[in-house]
Amino acid sequence: MGFSDADLQAIGLTLRLASLTTVLLLLIGTPIAWWLARTPSHWKGPVGAVVALPLVLPPTVLGFYLLVAMGPNGPLGQVTQALGIGLLPFTFWGLVIASVFYSMPFVVQPIQNAIEALGDRPLEVAATLRAGPWDRFFTVVVPLARPGFLTAAILGFAHTVGEFGVVLMIGGNIPGETRLVSVQIYDHVEAMDYAQAHWLAGSMVLFAFLVLLALYTLNPTQRRF
Amino acid sequence: MSDTHIHARFQLTYADFALNVDLTLPGRGVTALFGHSGSGKTTLLRLIAGLKTVPTGYLCVNGEVWQDGTTCVPTHKRPLGYVFQEASLFPHLSARGNLEYGMKRVGSAMDRAALEQAVTLLGIGHLLERRAHQLSGGERQRVAIARALALHPRLLLMDEPLAALDLARKQEILPYLERLHDELEIPVLYVSHAPDEVARLADTVVMMEQGEARAVGPVAEVFSRLDLTLAQDQEASAIIEGVVLSHDDDYALTRLTIPGGRLTVSRLARALDERVRVRIHARDVSIARDEPGTSSIVNILPARIVELRELDPAQVLVKLATGSGEQTPLLARITRYSCDRLHLQVGQPVFAQVKAVALMD
Repeated sequence: MGFSDADLQAIGLTLRLASLTTVLLLLIGTPIAWWLARTPSHWKGPVGAVVALPLVLPPTVLGFYLLVAMGPNGPLGQVTQALGIGLLPFTFWGLVIASVFYSMPFVVQPIQNAIEALGDRPLEVAATLRAGPWDRFFTVVVPLARPGFLTAAILGFAHTVGEFGVVLMIGGNIPGETRLVSVQIYDHVEAMDYAQAHWLAGSMVLFAFLVLLALYTLNPTQRRF
Repeated sequence: MSDTHIHARFQLTYADFALNVDLTLPGRGVTALFGHSGSGKTTLLRLIAGLKTVPTGYLCVNGEVWQDGTTCVPTHKRPLGYVFQEASLFPHLSARGNLEYGMKRVGSAMDRAALEQAVTLLGIGHLLERRAHQLSGGERQRVAIARALALHPRLLLMDEPLAALDLARKQEILPYLERLHDELEIPVLYVSHAPDEVARLADTVVMMEQGEARAVGPVAEVFSRLDLTLAQDQEASAIIEGVVLSHDDDYALTRLTIPGGRLTVSRLARALDERVRVRIHARDVSIARDEPGTSSIVNILPARIVELRELDPAQVLVKLATGSGEQTPLLARITRYSCDRLHLQVGQPVFAQVKAVALMD
């Protein structure tokens, strides 16, 4: 016994999706987290709530709206069609976009918390030491908020790996394209192939444990000023 | 001719606080922004640093405009050094890394001499490889001061650099600040609410009250102005710059020349002709109409009454000027009873009996 070829394909696809999503989320989520952490704007509350929606919404609801948005008549669908990309539902890239929304709060919130905890002072100090805005971000914020970024990356990755409801709504079950580990397990169970399901499910449990272990050991309490 | 002054004009209004200053300050020496908390002194310093901005402001430092109606140079492009109240070292860098952070950005990273000078001045050579959490509060603040100096700033701003430290740490840092005072060519703006620090370090004082500059002038003058709270405080004192004239090792005494007279103090470990700053508390000065014949008090200075001010029904504050040509202001706090009994009046010649002289450094 062991992983079947289909299982391995699902694992590879899942890792690819989670890695890509994590990279995209760090790029997209960091400016959002920065804005949320530092803005005095009244929009902070509403924007923060929208980012956090996936935490409380059933994945099927999120998946449903994303499906509609990416569909032929949805705004996203219109854009992708106009760009000649075609439609995204039931494609790998459709899953990537859905995952970005789905895992957004897991990336934004740790970064936002870390930046909020830094406060203004280190940035002011850096400014008096001649560091411009980008310089301040990369030489002060990133190293001092590193535990936050690390947590964000790990949680974003792990949460994307664990996604199921959104995948079914957006991606369906196309081998090599949208059939992720979680869907593969579902298929095994549907087919009453419990032995095969155990292999994958057990691996997921081990993976989740290792991720959390890494999170707690790599991320000791941050030293403050 | 280049302008060697700092011109600062700022207006700022919040619901519970307003700042309105229009200052011309000397382009050299230490200027203290002095006042209670909430008087606007730190806000003013932050405006000068550009850490806080107001649309209508004007700032010109030794001929260079940093802010006017149309432009406002961002903080990181102003050639200044800033020392924050609490230790503000970057925790992810060593002391050396902190020093070099700014130096790299002003292009003086290769300037070993600048680093050496700052390190020597603050006595932190043995601490360079340590991280912030391995340094004491006083050591951290010394590194922070050196970090600001290593930039070769054209203006040094210090926001209560001693306020977060205990007395022992203060005593540890004050000598270094005095060396700065003696050796720096650039203007220093020093925010403080502690009269003793100001008396010790400042050349010029800006007295801040409720967002406005109540008084600006040389430290000795501002400290002895009877209309300011400084003179009405329990710790009210005159500040006197003197020069070491002679030592008397037999009696362990030192004689100082002060403008318009002489002072005898306990033996000072100072070279002849060295400048020293002393402080004479108003409570340590009494007044006699006639020259006291025999008294245990050593320092009896002929003086003239310049101003009288009733502090309360019991006490009167007297401002005196010693000597004739060059004069030194002195303050005396006496009872109103004595004042009436001696018929003290402005312009009257008297003798000031100084019971104690406190050396500032």
